[in-house]
Amino acid sequence: MRANKLGAALAIASLGLTGCGGDALEGKRPELRVGAATSLKSALTEYAGAFGQAGVRLSFAGSDELTAQAASGAPIDVLLVADPGLLDRAGAIEARTVFATNALVIAVPAGSDEVRSYRDLSRPGIRVASGSQRSPIGRYTRRFLDALPAPERAAIARNIRTEEPDAAGVVGKVTVKAVDAGIVYASDVTTSQGRLEAIPIPGDLGPGVAYGAAVLRRTSHPDEARAFVAGLRGQAGTAALQRAGLQRP
Amino acid sequence: MSAVSPFRVVAAGALALLVAFLALPVVAIFVEQSPGELIGALDDPGALDALWLSLQTSLAAVVILVVVGTPAAWLLATRRFRGHALLVTVLELPLVLPPAVAGIALLACFSADGLLPTGNLLVLQTAGVIVALTFVAAPFYLRAAQAAFESVDRSWLDASRTLGAGEARTFARIAIPAALPGLIAGVALGWGRALGEFGATLMFAGSFRGITQTAPLAIYERFGTDFTGALALSAVLIVLSAALLLTVKSGVARLGTR
Repeated sequence: MRANKLGAALAIASLGLTGCGGDALEGKRPELRVGAATSLKSALTEYAGAFGQAGVRLSFAGSDELTAQAASGAPIDVLLVADPGLLDRAGAIEARTVFATNALVIAVPAGSDEVRSYRDLSRPGIRVASGSQRSPIGRYTRRFLDALPAPERAAIARNIRTEEPDAAGVVGKVTVKAVDAGIVYASDVTTSQGRLEAIPIPGDLGPGVAYGAAVLRRTSHPDEARAFVAGLRGQAGTAALQRAGLQRP
Repeated sequence: MSAVSPFRVVAAGALALLVAFLALPVVAIFVEQSPGELIGALDDPGALDALWLSLQTSLAAVVILVVVGTPAAWLLATRRFRGHALLVTVLELPLVLPPAVAGIALLACFSADGLLPTGNLLVLQTAGVIVALTFVAAPFYLRAAQAAFESVDRSWLDASRTLGAGEARTFARIAIPAALPGLIAGVALGWGRALGEFGATLMFAGSFRGITQTAPLAIYERFGTDFTGALALSAVLIVLSAALLLTVKSGVARLGTR
């Protein structure tokens, strides 16, 4: 109870109250409220800071949480989530676009050699953190595990010690070495300031991770919102996304 | 017959406002879904595991608090020494810490690189949940217990000693019975806080069904994808907490009239 009510209240508070038509006043820049998956934090902070057509207020949370907030009417103009399919549950939206892709990797603490390949995840005694199956990172992880032979999958499942509500939680548990390895996005490792190392998952096992963007129909700044989404695929957006370890779709 | 003073009207208005503000969100949980849907959503082994784990770990935390906290509170209530005020402040600190800070602090202390590495004993383990709950709930019990002991009539304690009873006997036979209503109220507060703990548990103990996923964590996990399930678990927690408060209050009232 505390979590959801507080979460919604905080989201609304952090997104701020709208200026009630104040934008119509001359010379006032409109403000876009953008809800984005936590894994987009560093890329979005850079891109939004340089976005010229509107002020941007960013609110980061897990993709499922953001979707639920948007569906329950939180003041959001643009939604950016780590699973385009989620956007169907966000209420009335304009066309959705895929603006970036990411890869699933195994993150280990920098300098650790307990885990050197995805095969080590199934070794007895290895401690693994994953995302909850109710979060996008958890669903991608599930697809990776489902691509493995059943005995290996079961062995890894036995080694999972925590199912975090989002990728940031998994990163945290690996960073403090509560676990030997965690399954996260490649961009999480890129932005970990050297605390984590990535072990790639072979291409045929790794699920395609895509980020979806949508403008909510109830926005009062549709032009700026559309420009914000389109710009993500432009030069500035691509550069910011790539610096954060994300790829062009 | 005296007229109702304007102040009385203002105070009554404030009370009505407060009741509406505090009770309405709680009522909303039960109104948002039909009772049938709420009960149906509880037919989820993960939810029941979470409730059961919450009960076990919060009870364990309360037992630890009572066993360790009661004599400690007695000492704080009956002795004045250098650094007394500082010590009390240190013990009260978790009361004002954001739970996320409590979680980080516990990690900084007990994780592999921490001040007091505990290996795999606490982090991501049920024992870690109990540690987190005890950490955040401790000040609630300690404050109540200290206040309860302080309000025990000194002359009873002096009389007990004059009659030759040692401190242990005085503590057990005079102080605890006299302070009992306050101690029980402290148990209720601490237990309620432990039942509701979220942030420190998630950061320190993680979230794994049956091992570390308590009811508040299960509610958070369901928020994005299963709102009805989240509401149902919330409703159960409200009923549990209210029952706890009511039981304690009626128990204390009975003690008071004894």
